[in-house]
Amino acid sequence: METLDQIKSRIEGAFPGAALQIIPNESAAQQPSLVVDNASAFAVARWLRDDPALRLDYCSNVSGVDWLPAETTTKTKVKKLVNGVEQEVEEVTKTARPGYLEAVYHLYSMSLKHGPVILRLRTLDRAEQNQVPSLTPLWRGAEFQEREIYDLFGIRFDGHPDLRRILMWDGFVDHPMRKDYVEPDDYDYEPTPHDEVLEKAQKHQGTEVSA
Amino acid sequence: MSELLEAPAAGSVTAAPRNYEILPKPTDDGEVGGDLLEVAMGPHHPSTHGVFRMDVVLDGEQVVKLKPVFGYLHRNHEKIAENTTYLASMPYTDRLDYLCSMTNNWAYALSVERLTGLQPPERAEYIRVITAELTRLVNHTCLVGFLLQDMGALGTPLMYAFREREIILDLFESLTGSRMMCNYMRFGGCRVDLPVGWLDQARSALDGYEEFLETFQKFLTENEILVARSQGIGVLPPELAISASITGPMLRASGVNYDLRKVDKYGIYDRFDFRVPLGDHGDVYDRYMIRVLEMQESVKILRQALRDIPGGPIVDPKAKIRGFRPKAGEAYGRIECPKGELGFYLISDGSPNPYRYRVRPPSLINLTVLEDMCLGQTVADAVIILGSVDIVLGEVDR
Repeated sequence: METLDQIKSRIEGAFPGAALQIIPNESAAQQPSLVVDNASAFAVARWLRDDPALRLDYCSNVSGVDWLPAETTTKTKVKKLVNGVEQEVEEVTKTARPGYLEAVYHLYSMSLKHGPVILRLRTLDRAEQNQVPSLTPLWRGAEFQEREIYDLFGIRFDGHPDLRRILMWDGFVDHPMRKDYVEPDDYDYEPTPHDEVLEKAQKHQGTEVSA
Repeated sequence: MSELLEAPAAGSVTAAPRNYEILPKPTDDGEVGGDLLEVAMGPHHPSTHGVFRMDVVLDGEQVVKLKPVFGYLHRNHEKIAENTTYLASMPYTDRLDYLCSMTNNWAYALSVERLTGLQPPERAEYIRVITAELTRLVNHTCLVGFLLQDMGALGTPLMYAFREREIILDLFESLTGSRMMCNYMRFGGCRVDLPVGWLDQARSALDGYEEFLETFQKFLTENEILVARSQGIGVLPPELAISASITGPMLRASGVNYDLRKVDKYGIYDRFDFRVPLGDHGDVYDRYMIRVLEMQESVKILRQALRDIPGGPIVDPKAKIRGFRPKAGEAYGRIECPKGELGFYLISDGSPNPYRYRVRPPSLINLTVLEDMCLGQTVADAVIILGSVDIVLGEVDR
C-alpha cells in the first residue's frame, strides 16, 4: 500500500480545498493518521472507499477520543541584552489549545487486503460545536459505533440515520467517557415500560390504581 | 441532510416514546386491514443469550421491523480500564467475551506489544496459538449447541457440546488455574509455562475431540430438521456484509475470504498449513457449517503446533511488570477471535494508564445487520438468526 504521505498528496490533488494534516505516531506500531476537516471529510472518505488503488471498503473500528483543553509550552532560545551584555536566554511561550472531541476511523480493504488508513475527524469544541459528519452512509459498520460515541462522548454525527443513545438509558443526560465526567452520587434510574403500562391501565379502567 | 437539523442537542433526552400498543396495519389502498403487533423480545428471554432485547413489529408471524436494544450489561469497561494500569485490565478482558478469555487476552496483549515493540519468544507464540485454537473449539462447539437449542432440540446437543468443552476447560484450568477467567497472557509473553505432561494431555484431548466432531457431524449436518429450519433463512449478501463490517465466520459464510490469521499473519500463523472455509449462500446453515469446518481446521493447526512447539523462555526479557509506561503514541491491534475481529485501540500519553482504551467488539458490530437478515422471516426464524450471529452480551455491552 502507498504511504500516508502519498495518499495525502493524491487527496490534495483530487480535493484542492481539503485541509489535511498528518499526525505522526511515535509508538512501535508506526500507524500515522490523517486529520481531515469536517467540510470535506465525507467527500474524502468516499474517495478513499472508491479509489481503485485503495478500495478501503471495510471500516473496522470507530472510536471517540476526548482531548481536554491543554496548554503547550515551547522553549525558544533568544539573544537578548541582559545588564548590557548579550546573552542567550530561554524564552517560554505558552499557547492554549482548546479542547475538542475526535472520532477515529480505522479503514482497511477487504478486497485488496491492506490497511490501515486512519482517519481523524475533529469537532470544533467540546460543548456546542460538537458535530462531525457521519460516515455511516458510506460504511454501514459505523452505525452502532457512531451511536456509541454519541452516547458516551457526545459527538453529534450529522447525517447519521438513527442517532440515539445505545448503551446508557434514554433519559441519561451526561456523556460518561469524557475525561471530566463526574459520577453522580445517585442515579435517576431508568424508567421502566411498566410505568407506562400502569398509566394506560389507569386510563382504561377509569379508576385509581394504587401503586 | 434534513436529519441534520432535527438531531437533538447533546445531553437532551432523545428517545422516541416506546409504543406497546397494537398498531393499525396500512394497506395499499389506504384502508386499515389487520393489525401489526409490537413485541419486546427480551431482555429476559432464553433465546437472546443474555440480557438483550429485540423490539419486533410483527405482521401475523412475519417480522416487518426489528430494533436491537443493548446496554443492560453495560459497566463502561473502557472507562474502568482508562483509570487503571495497563496490566490491571488484563484480567478484566476475560470478562468481555467470557467464553473466549484466551483470545481476549491475546488481542489486548498484541495491541500493547504493537504499542511498545515487545516481541514474545517462540515458545510463547506457540502456546498462544494452541490456547487460542482450543478457545475456538470451545466457542464453536458451544455455539452449535446453543443454535440447536434455539431450533428446539432441547438439551441433548447442548449437553454433548458442554461435555466436550469441559475437557478443554480442564486443560485451561491445569495451565492457568481457572476454567474460564484465564488471565493468562502478559505483554511480551505468557504468565506461566506449561505444566509437566500438559502437551500429552492436550494431544489425547484432541484425539477425543476429533472423534466427537465426527459423531456430531454425522448426527447433525444432514439432519432433516436442521436443514429445513436453517437453509435459505437469514441470507446475508456479501456486499452488505463487507459494508457493515461483519467479520468472522459470519462474513466467511457469505463467501468473503477474509481471515486475519491469513491476512495479518499475526503471531506465527504463517507457519501452519490450514484452509479458510467459505460459504456461498450466506444463510444460517452456511454459518453453522463454517463453524464445523473451522473446528476441523483448528484441529489441524493444533496438531502442527503441538508437534512443533520448541522449548525456551516464555516472556520477552525486555518486558517490565513494575513501572510499565509505554511512550506516547497509539496502536490498533486486532486478531481473529472466534466471533470475528477483536481489536484494541490504545492511546498512550506516557503515563502508567492508557489515555484511551477502546475495544472493537465483534459481537456488537455483527448485530448491525440483524434487522436486514430478519425482515420478512418469521419470529421463530428471528431467534435462530440471532443464534447464528453468535453474540455474548458481556462483549456487546462492555
